[in-house]
Amino acid sequence: MSRIGKIARRTFLIGSVAVVGGVAFGAWFVGRPAPNPLQPKDGEAAFNPFVMIDDKQITLFAPRAEMGQGVETTWAALIAEELDVTLDQVTVLHGPAAKAYYNSAMVGEGLPGKGYDNSEFSHWVGDKLGHLGKLFDLQLTGGSTSMKDGFERMREAGASARETLKEAAAKRLGVKRADLKTEKGAVIAPDGSRIAYTELAAEAAGLDPVTADLRDPGEWTLIGQNQPRTDIVAKTTGTATYGVDVRLPGMKFASVRMNPRLGAPMNGFDASAAHTMPGVEKVIDLGTGVAVVATNTWLAMQALEAIKFDWGEAPYPSETDAVFDTIARAFDDKPNSTMRDDGDVSVLPEGATEVTADYSLPYLAHATMEPMTATALLEEGKLTVWAPNQAPTIIAMKCADAAGLETDQVEVNTTYLGGGFGRRTEVDYAVYATRVAAEMPGTPVQVTWSREEDMTHDFYRPGAMARMRGAVKDGKAVLLDGKVAAQSCTFQAMTRITGLGGGGPDKVHVEGAFNQPYAIPNYRMAGHLAQLDVPVGFWRSVGNSFNGFFMESFIDEMAIAANRDPLEFRIELAEAEWAPAAGVLKAVAEMSDWKARKRPGRGLGVAMIYSFGTPVAEVIEVEEQDGMIRLTNAWIACDMGIALDPRNVEAQMFSGMVYGLSAAMFGEITFADGMVEQQNFPDYEALRIHTMPKVEVRVLETQDHLGGAGEPGTPPAAPALANAIFDLTGKRARRLPLMHDFNLFV
Amino acid sequence: MSKTLTINGKTHTVDLPGDVPLLWVLRDEVGLTGTKFGCGVAACGACTVQIDGEAVRSCQVPLEDVWGEVTTIEGHGTPDALSALQEAWITHQVAQCGYCQSGQIMQAAALLAQTPRPTDAQIDEAMSGNLCRCGTYPRIRAAIHDAANRMEG
Repeated sequence: MSRIGKIARRTFLIGSVAVVGGVAFGAWFVGRPAPNPLQPKDGEAAFNPFVMIDDKQITLFAPRAEMGQGVETTWAALIAEELDVTLDQVTVLHGPAAKAYYNSAMVGEGLPGKGYDNSEFSHWVGDKLGHLGKLFDLQLTGGSTSMKDGFERMREAGASARETLKEAAAKRLGVKRADLKTEKGAVIAPDGSRIAYTELAAEAAGLDPVTADLRDPGEWTLIGQNQPRTDIVAKTTGTATYGVDVRLPGMKFASVRMNPRLGAPMNGFDASAAHTMPGVEKVIDLGTGVAVVATNTWLAMQALEAIKFDWGEAPYPSETDAVFDTIARAFDDKPNSTMRDDGDVSVLPEGATEVTADYSLPYLAHATMEPMTATALLEEGKLTVWAPNQAPTIIAMKCADAAGLETDQVEVNTTYLGGGFGRRTEVDYAVYATRVAAEMPGTPVQVTWSREEDMTHDFYRPGAMARMRGAVKDGKAVLLDGKVAAQSCTFQAMTRITGLGGGGPDKVHVEGAFNQPYAIPNYRMAGHLAQLDVPVGFWRSVGNSFNGFFMESFIDEMAIAANRDPLEFRIELAEAEWAPAAGVLKAVAEMSDWKARKRPGRGLGVAMIYSFGTPVAEVIEVEEQDGMIRLTNAWIACDMGIALDPRNVEAQMFSGMVYGLSAAMFGEITFADGMVEQQNFPDYEALRIHTMPKVEVRVLETQDHLGGAGEPGTPPAAPALANAIFDLTGKRARRLPLMHDFNLFV
Repeated sequence: MSKTLTINGKTHTVDLPGDVPLLWVLRDEVGLTGTKFGCGVAACGACTVQIDGEAVRSCQVPLEDVWGEVTTIEGHGTPDALSALQEAWITHQVAQCGYCQSGQIMQAAALLAQTPRPTDAQIDEAMSGNLCRCGTYPRIRAAIHDAANRMEG
């Protein structure tokens, strides 16, 4: 653990010294292949951890969490492109938790620097560094990294398997491998006859894998095309298995009630009434809460309702105002980071007009549709966990600890996720299930949280505040000096994973603010860490979700102060810095017919954020209808270099936008008496079909690097909406959610 | 209490307290897991099934009150025998995480049974109780219109 912790701390928050140390070590270590987690039986060939073929079927492994973003399909398409199979010929599985499934892109994302200005060389360094992800077995789905991670590696896996199958056929036929072709799951002999891959599996299994060059993009037949999702039939017929759908012989159903004062102890409880309730089989003291095991999930939840608890005091201020006072005090401390400091922000350029604004954003819950759940079975020396999760190797490690086992005694099965959004990078639900199962060896137990338990025991998007100061002159932004204060999700998450806190500048804390592609000559961004023990974590787009709001609300305020059209103001700033950012702005201007569309009773707002390698611009249109503000239209343009599956990219863009709009309009987590006040969806509303605007998406492919898709749609949504509401009402939203200050159509 | 239910055309006898919601009878007793638990308070629609063709939130129907024949997503159509609605759902690639889609489809099926050619406003009214955190609403709307065309054709 200490070794992993040390490496993790060094690499996750890359500082320059750690980078050097990591590269030297990593170069040696990364060269050693991780053990292949696939254990082929007789007649099966596992060419690499991603392709397995037997005499009946071809199985591809997409060891990333399928939480809606379509990773299973696109990941499989990358392999299939080189393997020469069609997606309807293969089965796609998630596979086990395994070292070989490390995320090579995740750590590269931790590199200092803005991202969009990276040279080919620094992308190469990022890729090499990324292999450090392997050093602590970081099989993680998050940070919009899956395609950057898999783009080359999976095509290589497919190409190698294809050539090895050809080698087997060449030996059988007594011809040269170069004389063979492949097509739709078969090797084509020189005489035109076909040998199916499945027929060659046994012979190929004995061969050393053959490596091959990757095809030219001009030859691609799957990549860049719309693919039917591999999970679509199952998800349309109720036959997809989510975490809550795992059913095992003799399985019991359980639920938990943990201290609603998060992180606090439980002084005691009285379960005498619960013990006699129907279906109840066991009440388990978990130290900071209680689990009830029953014959039915609902009966377990009912029994929890009947338990009287004596909860300890919260380790953080018990009321929302006091929490935010603590966040505000962080502005007085030395900044944790100043990741951009261009020009000199201390001097107001002569003749410039100063603009200032303070903003405040609430804590937010993830509110996945599927509440937290996991199933566990402890048998002699073996723990099996079934969990919808984004981090199977961390689950294996933490559940092993909880059961007193070694990590290799734990098998983790990753089901479909009923939403992730970052919540399922945490492992608490799996650890609770393990602890319950440990009390009932030999009996599988499924632990499902109530919605109320889920909403009040999240790792929240941190509440955040900003103090922005800028200046405009001759219609241009000439100065931007921002300070952001919030808790660090990164340090907290690292502490939970490794037991050691983080150090050094936290890039995630200021992402979306310091690294925006705007040419502002005097541009500084400082991050102040609030010292609070409210549990916080990664929420779709993480720091970009609050920093993007600060930046793009303030850019709008500067545009208005400069007496400029907010969209033209941005295009000018972006054009001088990075063309793809200007490109997405121009695209939404055209799509929305920005200038001609304006009319009384209608407001238009724009925002552009560069995040996870992808610039995304959104225009939101609102109208006043019957005295209420209604979202009527939305236009989105993104540029991720190569759109591997354009229809899925479109889905991710509007999905990300909806997530951001829901939070902007209705989302807030507040505290009273140390407990989260919001309990269920009526207290934490979201966009619904009748409040959803019409949306149009344009996917551009002009930039040089492959950007992410799952998260970049989220950050521009809130500021674009707030800017539209300003355009309509003349009133600036400097805090969210908007429902407190505006009469929204609901 | 012991009660016999007709679910997707088959009878099932269950022995459970009468206040156990239909949702949990389906999921934890009968083993029909296509119907999902989302909120337990009729605020999300993930648990939507039909009783005698009427869309209901199964988390709010106690076992003792089940008044008719229950149809769940498993009874609506199967991978080998998709309904026209499910075909439209697949054509439009509606699902993302997919967790809410059983409920969405059962609600939409009830809408189309009553209103074969729904307007956008009628879709809004019928479907507004079904939450989707992935925001698949544009494709849900498109799939319902498409299914209406297919079913009429």
